[in-house]
Amino acid sequence: MGTPPETEQTAEAAPEGVETGAQAVVEALRAAGVEYLFGVQGGAIMPVYDALYDADDLTHVTMAHEQGASHAADAYGIVSGDPGVCLATSGPGATNLVTGIADASMDSDPMVALTGQVPTAFVGNDAFQECDTTGVTDPITKANYFASDPDSVGDDVGTAVALAAAGRPGPTLVDLPKDVTAAETDRTPGEPTTPETYHVQERADEVAVEAAAHAFEAAERPVILSGGGVIKGDAHEELREFAFRTETPVVTTMPALGSFPEDHDLAMEMAGMHGTGYANMAITHCDLLLAVGCRFDDRLTGGIETFAPDAEVIHVDIDPAEISKNVHADYPLIGDAGTVLDQLDEAVEDAPDADEWRAQCREWKETYSMAYEIDEDAPLRPEFVVEALDEATGDDAIVTTGVGQHQMWAAQYWTYTEPRTWVSSHGLGTMGYGLPAAIGARLAADDDQDVICIEGDGSFLMTIQELAVAVRENLDITVAVLNNEYVGMVRQWQDAFFEGRHAASEYSWCPEFDKLAEAFGAAGFAAEDYDDVPDAIEGALAHDGPAVIDFRIDPGANVYPMVPSGGDNGRFALTEEQL
Amino acid sequence: MSNGLSGPAPDERPTPQGRRTPEGVRIDPEAEAQPEIRRTTLSALVKHEPGVLAEVSTLFSRRQFNIESLTVGPTTDPDRARITMVVEEPEPGVEQAKKQLAKLLPVVSVTELGEDSIERELALIKVDGERPDEVHAVAEVCDARTVDVGPRALTVEVTGTEPEVDRAIEAFERFGVREVVRTGTAALARGTNETANTTGEP
Ligand SMILES: Cc1ncc(C[n+]2csc(CCOP(=O)(O)OP(=O)(O)O)c2C)c(N)n1
Ligand SMILES: [Mg+2]
Repeated sequence: MGTPPETEQTAEAAPEGVETGAQAVVEALRAAGVEYLFGVQGGAIMPVYDALYDADDLTHVTMAHEQGASHAADAYGIVSGDPGVCLATSGPGATNLVTGIADASMDSDPMVALTGQVPTAFVGNDAFQECDTTGVTDPITKANYFASDPDSVGDDVGTAVALAAAGRPGPTLVDLPKDVTAAETDRTPGEPTTPETYHVQERADEVAVEAAAHAFEAAERPVILSGGGVIKGDAHEELREFAFRTETPVVTTMPALGSFPEDHDLAMEMAGMHGTGYANMAITHCDLLLAVGCRFDDRLTGGIETFAPDAEVIHVDIDPAEISKNVHADYPLIGDAGTVLDQLDEAVEDAPDADEWRAQCREWKETYSMAYEIDEDAPLRPEFVVEALDEATGDDAIVTTGVGQHQMWAAQYWTYTEPRTWVSSHGLGTMGYGLPAAIGARLAADDDQDVICIEGDGSFLMTIQELAVAVRENLDITVAVLNNEYVGMVRQWQDAFFEGRHAASEYSWCPEFDKLAEAFGAAGFAAEDYDDVPDAIEGALAHDGPAVIDFRIDPGANVYPMVPSGGDNGRFALTEEQL
Repeated sequence: MSNGLSGPAPDERPTPQGRRTPEGVRIDPEAEAQPEIRRTTLSALVKHEPGVLAEVSTLFSRRQFNIESLTVGPTTDPDRARITMVVEEPEPGVEQAKKQLAKLLPVVSVTELGEDSIERELALIKVDGERPDEVHAVAEVCDARTVDVGPRALTVEVTGTEPEVDRAIEAFERFGVREVVRTGTAALARGTNETANTTGEP
């Protein structure tokens, strides 16, 4: 395993005092408990890098591209729960981070971006590599700061780290003008705290909890909808306990994969556009929906008019602005997911009388089974590859993905049982997320956890340069490319909705990913037939360091079930003809 | 292209009776109501620092909240400024606007002012100077003041609620309005009611 040795937080690591703004930045990171940073050097950020040069307790990973740094930091945050930190210079360095910041914002991931800026006196003059970074990132950060004073730059950074993880997590940014980080200061930053205008409500109103509990007890067809907030709030145990005691079927959103064990009888798995048929039936027919930590994204709801149309909605969320944003909450419960679930658990005395409903849900699991058939002589089915990888790895293996069909197969056919094992780009849907995310996930994971990156041929090519980083850092990652030589998800939509006109979705040439991996210094494998699969997987997992398997899958494979955008969840298509 | 999963087709499945409105509200078949469009005044106490106004206006454009007017100015506390906004939104848009606004970090508190709040707007109206006496007469009726008198143009100042200002501008139209500038609505809660909660507690 290539992760750097754990450095001990010794007292001597703390310097006697800071001398520059840049040292104050580093001291603030240290005080906030930051261990890893992902970034790329450059003019305006050089003073900060220079201060990091002496910080042996902070590990910096030099990425190939700043987008990679932002995704690595994002994934680090998802897996560890602590903010991942990325670093870039001004101008293009900062703009290259933007995709990853927007991604973290959509998915409420704790992340901090530190960007260099031209010296204060040049700001506004269109100086070399100047960009209005706080302006550009304002709509995609939870908060951002322009550090204008060397005496407070450390506190700005501390605040940014504290805020990223507090309440509903999200990305924060501090823009660091070069003169401010280079300037002298002896102000050691204080304890990182959130700003005084930031408030988080932990416990839900008792009266509201009572009312919700009554509604829940009276339900005949209850469903729990577990959202990403359950994982971010570390509320999976409370959720499981509540579901087990009340024997309530559980549907998850995509970001919540792993919050509830998918091998459990009550698990209906993922709902939404490519959710299971049974999850979508359960959501469509329930009369009470207990939604926890979710924002009712349109990929989940389909058309709002037909979303859980018979259900009273109890919505638990830490962000009051999510309440009744997309779906009206009959019982809004504002607070921390775990705390509110405990409150509900106490308030609900009798579980709903729902034997019939549970039997119905069980029946749907059979009727709309995700099972598929294999023809050994036909091209490889991607579903089989995902299942084979799942079987070959431990229960706590971490899966990262790109965006496209392969992402959906990875969500559908891997059996998730633990939180923080599914690392994907949900809200923004960023192709190229998988590999840099695997790098961040690898550094946050335990050494004995496998990290598998499931990528598409197109998506992989968007950030493939990060293989150089994985090799340099000797990170144990297995990249499984589900190679269909297609911009597959687009091709699937073209077949369904654009009369099969494959505009810009066919690759007439694709690199050989196994050989490309070898050129980077990683191990390369390829699998074309069912017989090749076990050996390729075994070889890649056994390799100490990054390995890439080029799975040549059926180019015509499609993702089902499918609810077309804005469609009725209950009318998911099982075949193209049903679309 | 090939493949798919087996199971009953969409038409063979049971379908629920209910529906929701596009705003996500479950439709009560007995009382199917269209969302009401609400026009209201929001007052936000904010930190007096650069970029706050930009943050607020970006938020409103990004979330497509319909904003009629926005004014900003200092308060008695040098660290605080007050932003007053008139918004018009179908429910639950106003509630969303309030909550999204409250979420911005430089925003200390947000209040929706009731119907009885004190609302005023100021307008400067520049009209042709040919009939100064008549302009003065109309100004008197409209409670306006003449603030600039020239040989070719006169400028009057009028203060009042938005409809009052509308009416005043209309009244001056007969002289030929050259230019108008309006400040947008500023508002305070009536009596001892507080417009903004200064402690920052939600
Ligand atoms: C950065 C970015 N650009 C474009 C898209 C639109 N898009 C979504 S899926 C997809 C195809 C992905 O192709 P590939 O990585 O080969 O995955 P496949 O669907 O074939 O599994 C595209 C182009 C996107 N999601 N992200
Ligand atoms: Mg592809």
